[in-house]
Amino acid sequence: MIQGPYTAAELMVAAAAREIQDGEVVFVGMRLPLLAFCLARSTHAPTAVGLFENGVVRDSPALDFLVTMSDGPNVTGAVWCTEMREVMGLMQSGRVTLGFIGGAQVDRFGNLNTTSVGPRSQPVRLPGSGGAADIASLARRHVVIMAHERRRFVERVDYVTSPGHGEGGDWRERTGLPGGGPAAVITTLGLFRFHAATREMVLASVHPGVTVEEVRAQTGWALRLADTVIETPPPSAAELAMIRRFDPDGFWTGARR
Amino acid sequence: MSKVLPLAEALRRHVPDGASVALGAALECLIPFAAAHELIRQGRRDLTLVGPISDVCFEQMIAAGCVGRVVAAWVGNVQHGAAYAFRRALEHGVPRSLEVEDHSNLSIALALEAAAQGVPYLPTRSLLGSDLLARNPRLRVAPCPFTGVPLALVPALAPDVAILHVQRADADGNCQAWGPTGVSAASGKASRAVVVLTEELVEPDVIRSDPNRTLLPGFLVTAVVHLPGGAHPSPVQGHYNRDHAVYADWHARSATAEGAVAWLDEWVRAPGDHVGYLAKLGRARLDRLRPRASRLAAPVDYGC
Repeated sequence: MIQGPYTAAELMVAAAAREIQDGEVVFVGMRLPLLAFCLARSTHAPTAVGLFENGVVRDSPALDFLVTMSDGPNVTGAVWCTEMREVMGLMQSGRVTLGFIGGAQVDRFGNLNTTSVGPRSQPVRLPGSGGAADIASLARRHVVIMAHERRRFVERVDYVTSPGHGEGGDWRERTGLPGGGPAAVITTLGLFRFHAATREMVLASVHPGVTVEEVRAQTGWALRLADTVIETPPPSAAELAMIRRFDPDGFWTGARR
Repeated sequence: MSKVLPLAEALRRHVPDGASVALGAALECLIPFAAAHELIRQGRRDLTLVGPISDVCFEQMIAAGCVGRVVAAWVGNVQHGAAYAFRRALEHGVPRSLEVEDHSNLSIALALEAAAQGVPYLPTRSLLGSDLLARNPRLRVAPCPFTGVPLALVPALAPDVAILHVQRADADGNCQAWGPTGVSAASGKASRAVVVLTEELVEPDVIRSDPNRTLLPGFLVTAVVHLPGGAHPSPVQGHYNRDHAVYADWHARSATAEGAVAWLDEWVRAPGDHVGYLAKLGRARLDRLRPRASRLAAPVDYGC
């Protein structure tokens, strides 16, 4: 379990924000990535631009707490309000450098399932792709954010909603996917990256208070480690203050006070 | 000739049993909840719902038994992630069985755009290698005839009717919306009929004062319903913010089939119509959702 004066979600938001470099064009998505974009834009990435699949383009954090990307405070002060095909088209043409998506189930090559879990004869139905499959296909790289449980971290997902590195290696190139695929997976236990050649997910850092053994126990395949596994840097006081400004009641980042 | 109709009449005329209906085309905002609720009251059956992400609008119509098929990228409650009614229908056939054709947001957008453009399909580089593609026989992969790269081909999808919510429209159906519009314009152009719900019914001169704001010109619109508050609880920029408490309430109560029916009885059937629904919400609650401050756009000059 994570130990520190912050929730797991707050640490994940801070870790996600650090994936955003200044000047990037980011396909933001919902929930924690929304907060990560606001945090990055307010701290180390003041010229990052955010695209939202409903058609909003912002170069500033939203004015107020957001439950959805279509809430009023995400529209007021936007630089562009347009149609989905415009923002998706820009992603398809390679103009989006980073996208964020969440998942219910992930496998060792970063393929994500948000459609259907369990045997085909009696599946448990999930809400579906939304824009996730498009972000996974088209963004120049993407980052996955999800809860880490053994039932979610499986050898092979039951349904590939959002393609990761497929079967590994040069699968994406062979398949014709233009985007670079998953660059990182941020979970409630650690941060994972992908081996440069095999494209297999490797543990790169564990969150404060979490052990490598704990991560392995919650992972459904023989997890490999990066050459060095560090401790995920915790959110700074300034980062925490900013996250709590954008999520004042802990709606997305959990009870903490 | 004026296309203005009362909501119940517009839906009786243009949304028959078995129709395919594009709804929720602007994603989480401008969702024509009042039309969905009226279709539930009128007991519509066997509808095919078409949309990118639908928020709880699709959930409520599924729970009411109005829906036989869903063609969508995401079905559930955006605020809470759960899709109780969708799951009950798919996994247990409650209150009736449901077919689903899974899409991504882009493939839905392209399917509608292809119909809007009058071409049989549009290609994309999305979805390659996914099960969305592998398990949907309507989507195909073919090499680009120019470069040979693999492309996913998305066939045109023309709904029978699109129901759209906008900020303002005139009696001819010329309508204007602002904020993000998702696949609203493509839905309208792709569909055989378009029913527009509008916060404000304005004179044609208002539309003509800012033609770049127009979502659809009137000749594409079949009926106009003047219905302030018709998108509640979804947000309408400049008119009202999202009423998050409704989504939380639906989340809590739709966890069981009985709870969902009770919610629909209380909030849809008992109020009788949209006026009754707004009365049940109460003026104070609606006032709390109003924008705290006006943010008027700078005027633009169309002079010649």
